[in-house]
Amino acid sequence: MMQIPFMKGRKIAALGSIAVLLISLLSLGLQQLNWGLDFTGGTLVEVEYPEAVVPEALRQALDQKGWNGHIVQHFGSDRDILVRMPPQKDRDERENARLGDALFEDMESIAGVDLDLRRAEFVGPAVGEELTNQGGVGLLVALGMILIYISFRFQLKFALGAVIALFHDVLITLGLFSLMGWEFDLTVLAALLAVIGYSLNDTIVVSDRIRENFRAVRRGATEELIDLSLNQTLGRTLMTSMTTLLVLLALFFLGGELIRGFSLALTIGVVVGTYSSIYIASNMLVVLGLSREDLMVPVKEGADQDVP
Amino acid sequence: MLNRYPLWKNLLILVVLALGGIYAAPNLYPPDFAVQVSRDQTGVNVSETALNAAQAALSESGLSVKSSGIEAGKLLFRFNDSETQLSAKSVVERALHDLGRGYIVALNSAPTTPDWLASMGAEPMKYGLDLMGGVHFLMQVDTDRAVEDRLEGLEQEIKRTLRSGDERVRYSSSEILPGQQLRMGFASEALRSQARRQIEENYGQFQIIETEGDEFFLDLSMTDDNVRQIEDFAVQQNLQTIRNRVNELGVSEPLVQRLGRQRIVVDLPGVQDTAEAKKILGKVATLEFRMEAKPDAPRSSTLPYDYEGRSVRLERDLILRGERVFDAQVGFDPDSGLPQVNITLDSEGGELMHRATRYDIGRRMAVVFIETKTRDRYEMRNGEEVKISEPYVEERVISLATVQAALGVSFRITGLNAGEARDLALLLRAGALAADMFIAEERTVGASLGQQNIELGATSVVIGLALVVVFMVAFYQWFGVAANIALAANMVLIVAMMSALSATLTLPGIAGIVLTVGMAVDANVLIFSRIKEELKNGASPQAAINAGFDRAFVTILDANITTLLVAIILYTIGTGPVKGFAITLSIGIMTSMFTAIMGTRAIVNLVVGGRPVSKLYIGWQRS
Repeated sequence: MMQIPFMKGRKIAALGSIAVLLISLLSLGLQQLNWGLDFTGGTLVEVEYPEAVVPEALRQALDQKGWNGHIVQHFGSDRDILVRMPPQKDRDERENARLGDALFEDMESIAGVDLDLRRAEFVGPAVGEELTNQGGVGLLVALGMILIYISFRFQLKFALGAVIALFHDVLITLGLFSLMGWEFDLTVLAALLAVIGYSLNDTIVVSDRIRENFRAVRRGATEELIDLSLNQTLGRTLMTSMTTLLVLLALFFLGGELIRGFSLALTIGVVVGTYSSIYIASNMLVVLGLSREDLMVPVKEGADQDVP
Repeated sequence: MLNRYPLWKNLLILVVLALGGIYAAPNLYPPDFAVQVSRDQTGVNVSETALNAAQAALSESGLSVKSSGIEAGKLLFRFNDSETQLSAKSVVERALHDLGRGYIVALNSAPTTPDWLASMGAEPMKYGLDLMGGVHFLMQVDTDRAVEDRLEGLEQEIKRTLRSGDERVRYSSSEILPGQQLRMGFASEALRSQARRQIEENYGQFQIIETEGDEFFLDLSMTDDNVRQIEDFAVQQNLQTIRNRVNELGVSEPLVQRLGRQRIVVDLPGVQDTAEAKKILGKVATLEFRMEAKPDAPRSSTLPYDYEGRSVRLERDLILRGERVFDAQVGFDPDSGLPQVNITLDSEGGELMHRATRYDIGRRMAVVFIETKTRDRYEMRNGEEVKISEPYVEERVISLATVQAALGVSFRITGLNAGEARDLALLLRAGALAADMFIAEERTVGASLGQQNIELGATSVVIGLALVVVFMVAFYQWFGVAANIALAANMVLIVAMMSALSATLTLPGIAGIVLTVGMAVDANVLIFSRIKEELKNGASPQAAINAGFDRAFVTILDANITTLLVAIILYTIGTGPVKGFAITLSIGIMTSMFTAIMGTRAIVNLVVGGRPVSKLYIGWQRS
């Protein structure tokens, strides 16, 4: 039976990963993320017009009404318009909270007809800041809990491998969002945490098999055993990634604008996560020097020693 | 060997599926477009008279009513479409207007769950605001300001104490420092320690630090407990104000809830006019304390009021207003154990109260609650009847009690039962000095977008599911069919769990369900891969099935527990959209473990497990 020698290419893969990680970090550092309204605070109004509108014309009309800092764009169709306003520093919270109403009124008076207000959002600066902190804390807590659970169920080296793989997945997904300037809102944050869940799923399935093979197969180098395990789980890894990607694509194309960012982040995460369970998590085991002793079943003193 | 499930396992699966079916079933019945009428006081039911009046008006208007009746103390009229519903709302409003005030007419979507399902407690899922349209506010109470105000009040009181005590203590400076600290300066150390003693005797709520500069300072800061108390009071007071207000908006199922230390969540499903909603929520109530007029008082110096059905006359001169009230709490008389309301005023309020009551022991004092409300009026204009909404001031006496002694900064109202005491304390708080409140977050979703979100969500679930189903059959043949049956059962269970837990379905929640569909088959993929491996290693079909399920189990468990961990963290830290996603994801993980492992196994056992087979239809195998 044909075996794919995954671990032969582990150094090249590691170099590739490091390069992509560096690009991600650079982009995050220089360009940062395109934070959505949830995090920056501000006002957003989504309006449906009876017929197609040109954003540029509306932008100028709003300029004339004395608005500034607004971003006008189509949303979903050419009849849908999304207007965003950053928090107005010269006004207090109370006035900021009323901007949306005033904005919608002005849009109606510019259009001269009744418009359909589809969505209006206002997020105060304090709330945005808290969310950013909570999101960061959430990611770290999630990673910490996982580290503990895997060390407990498997072994510390597996846990380290898994957590490094997760950092890898999250950073690359974030990096891509930063590089492409895609908006990072709350749903994308949720997707990122789901990516952690998914990628971990994959890593655990592979780790489980590695542990089993280390205990059952007596000969062979670490790399060979890992290759064997990866090949044995490859069918499953691909199948699950496929089914998950299928539903994500359904969400991406059919779920509407509001969860497009979410499905995009997850799609990237699933692809990167599948790769990382092979080339990061397993690779780390080789780097950390996993040995049979690490996986010996602890024999309790006085217990019956059944040799299977 | 053969693979058979013991009877109890098969029965367990059947029972779980049957329960799932029952609790998911209400979602199959689309809700009616309805108009709901309730009273603005809790515990008061709408009468038959109102029902008859509304019914008569509806039949006169020629609108087709699907059904009407009283359900749980509220009138409910059901209609076939949303246009009829809208016109019916104004007809009902008009009809009830003639009956008097206090009726809240709201649009509603009434569940059509059949009685036999409803009797088992089955209800349809709740939809979030992003699916049904409405407004969500997050109000922030300016508690820092409330604490500062209180500190300023205390500063005045302390100064007075120092000036008026038996031994007068001279202070040379007093100021409020940033960080909510009060600093008082004294010329000598002796004066300072005198002052410290007096403050410690009279004001337990301070932590005192001595510092030296050009003078001898006492730095007073309120204890955390005390700050917390002031915050609680400020938030409670605004909570009560909002609850009073929300009724006016005509919302069928509003949600008003405290969130954390200083925030209040207000969800108003179905409300579209946010400007109006903000205006109404922003209004405040106030209180007035007045003495009851003496019987011989001239009419011109009194005001007429009603209290518990009787008319009372109160003095035109008021004692004080609600802004002097710091706190109002339900307490119990230490001697009799009977409920009472403890009221705390600020120092000036205490003085005013003392002046008004010291010579009037035995007379009665009233508390008047004043609110600005909106009422509708119908007027003929150009031969057409139009509805006009106008504000009016409502004043009512909420307490009338005999003064037993000269009152001061704190006093109590006794002779109440537990419910009365609670209501009175709530009203007193609502009318007390309002801590400032502003909108920290607002999200409005239009009805059309809500509808669109439902449709988009449903389409992606269906298409996603269909893709996975086709994929599984293509790769795993008959075993794929078994997995698909389990997947369908999983969907039913998720919906049943959501409905039974009264969880709210949101758009991200739907995304969670879609994602679960993709990930739920993972367990089956793991099992089937194992079976194939066992077959390749030369195991007999039955042994392969057994080993496949057994060996895959631990892996599935580990993988799912870690994902569940992530989902739980998401739920605890997340707000709004993140929470919705976390709920469906966690439910999906748990139900999928059951259906993918036990469900699939039961089907496999049933079909091939009970007889010797030479070949398994489990798809393409590597040789």
